[in-house]
Amino acid sequence: MSLLEVENLTAFYGDFQALYGISLQVAEGEAVALIGANGAGKSTFLRTLTGLLPIGGGQARFAGAALTGTPAHKILASGIALVPEGRRLFPSLSVEENLLLGAYAKRPGPWNLERVYQLFPALRAHANRPGTALSGGQQQMVAIGRALMSNPLLLMCDELSLGLAPIVIRDIYAALPQIRAEGIAVLIVEQDTGQALAVADRVYCFQEGKISLEGRPADLTRAQISLAYFGV
Amino acid sequence: MSDWINTILQGLLTGGLYALFAAGLSLSFGVMRIINIAHGDFAILAGYAAIAIAGTFGLNPVEAMCAVVPAMALLGYALQRGILNLTLGDDVLRPLLVTFGFSIVIQNLLLEGFSADSRSLDSGTFGTASLQLGGNLAVGLLPLTVMAAAVAILAFMQWLFSTTLLGRAFRAAADDPETVQLMGVNTRHIYAMAMAIAMAMVAVAGVFLALQTTVSPTDGPEHLLYAFEAVIIGGLGSLWGTLIGGIVLGVSQAIGAKLNPGWGILAGHLCFLAVLIIRPSGLFPTARNR
Repeated sequence: MSLLEVENLTAFYGDFQALYGISLQVAEGEAVALIGANGAGKSTFLRTLTGLLPIGGGQARFAGAALTGTPAHKILASGIALVPEGRRLFPSLSVEENLLLGAYAKRPGPWNLERVYQLFPALRAHANRPGTALSGGQQQMVAIGRALMSNPLLLMCDELSLGLAPIVIRDIYAALPQIRAEGIAVLIVEQDTGQALAVADRVYCFQEGKISLEGRPADLTRAQISLAYFGV
Repeated sequence: MSDWINTILQGLLTGGLYALFAAGLSLSFGVMRIINIAHGDFAILAGYAAIAIAGTFGLNPVEAMCAVVPAMALLGYALQRGILNLTLGDDVLRPLLVTFGFSIVIQNLLLEGFSADSRSLDSGTFGTASLQLGGNLAVGLLPLTVMAAAVAILAFMQWLFSTTLLGRAFRAAADDPETVQLMGVNTRHIYAMAMAIAMAMVAVAGVFLALQTTVSPTDGPEHLLYAFEAVIIGGLGSLWGTLIGGIVLGVSQAIGAKLNPGWGILAGHLCFLAVLIIRPSGLFPTARNR
């Protein structure tokens, strides 16, 4: 049985429908990437899974429990953590306080402050500085560490590479194997298709609120992806 | 000369009471962005509650305070969770209107229950006892106790905000009420906790007020105004600034009243206006604008 099972999910921003029947699965320990153009609904999809945006229709089950109607703080406690787009660190909290707040739900598991500092040694020296005083790449590390502190079963990452230099993006993605080594499933939204295909076991392509293509990276041709991405 | 020093000392100690009023107002604004128009009325309610139970059960002021403060904290939790959370959103007018409604309800309930007569909580001999400082200087033990309580409570708040998980959740919720939910924080509970603490602080202030002076059912708005002034003088979002703001307000009122018995409150307002003109962000600004 899959860890995350989504069937025919829809979502709305007021009267505007953003998702039209998304069906998707993530198995335990699997790495799945969502690719697609801006505004295709990838981030919206992650937001509905966290409970920040209500599920409009269809089914979403995580570890056997329905997500529909579950408030965001309970979804986090059930094991879904999101690294939000744009990092969204808390400006009045230090780096360490940001990380500690990630452990607010007190889910047991392998991740703690020490493990996060081992994963991202660059953060240790900045523990007492405000999170927002760090470089973009380091802020992204704090955001990932903060999500890991909740010891999730499923780590969702929204646009990790946004606004970062290629060398920094490489550093951040280099941490992914260590994170997955603990058996955590990851669901990655990425505009950088090459990066997504390199790390994912399976890929879904979103187009205008629907899934236009899915498969294993090795089975997909560049032409297929291009068609699914742009719709032309 | 010594009576001027006495005047300033009195004003300084009054600042402790103002700081207690102001700290609760500052907390609910800081965490929930709610301006609680009924803040002063809740203080008066707490004062009357202490008077009522002290009279009914023969409790001394300390025992009355021990009963009233947790009760007001519970009331704060319930009001935030049951009503005020529903008013949160993009429209800042809704919490203003609802708390304005609370203010009217509380004033009228107090009028109904206690009539319009001023009352006070009997402090026995402690209320008039004073500490001789040599020369002609003396400070009242009660105002000194209020100031000590204010400093202790502000120090507790400082500790709570800087070192506890709850305090971090408060700060994070103030920064970004959406993202904090992704940390597993139930914002409705956190807001209710903040209102409970704010209400506990205002209850302490209200009981001290009823000990120091008389209270009447319609006194609340006046104390709301002093609380606002103390918060603005000290600088929004600064805990210790609130204490300084209360002291500045208390001292200017005392000096004004010394010059002419009718000028006390006016002098406080003028001082507040002067701070607004010279330093609009207050003496110790820390709040970031959102």
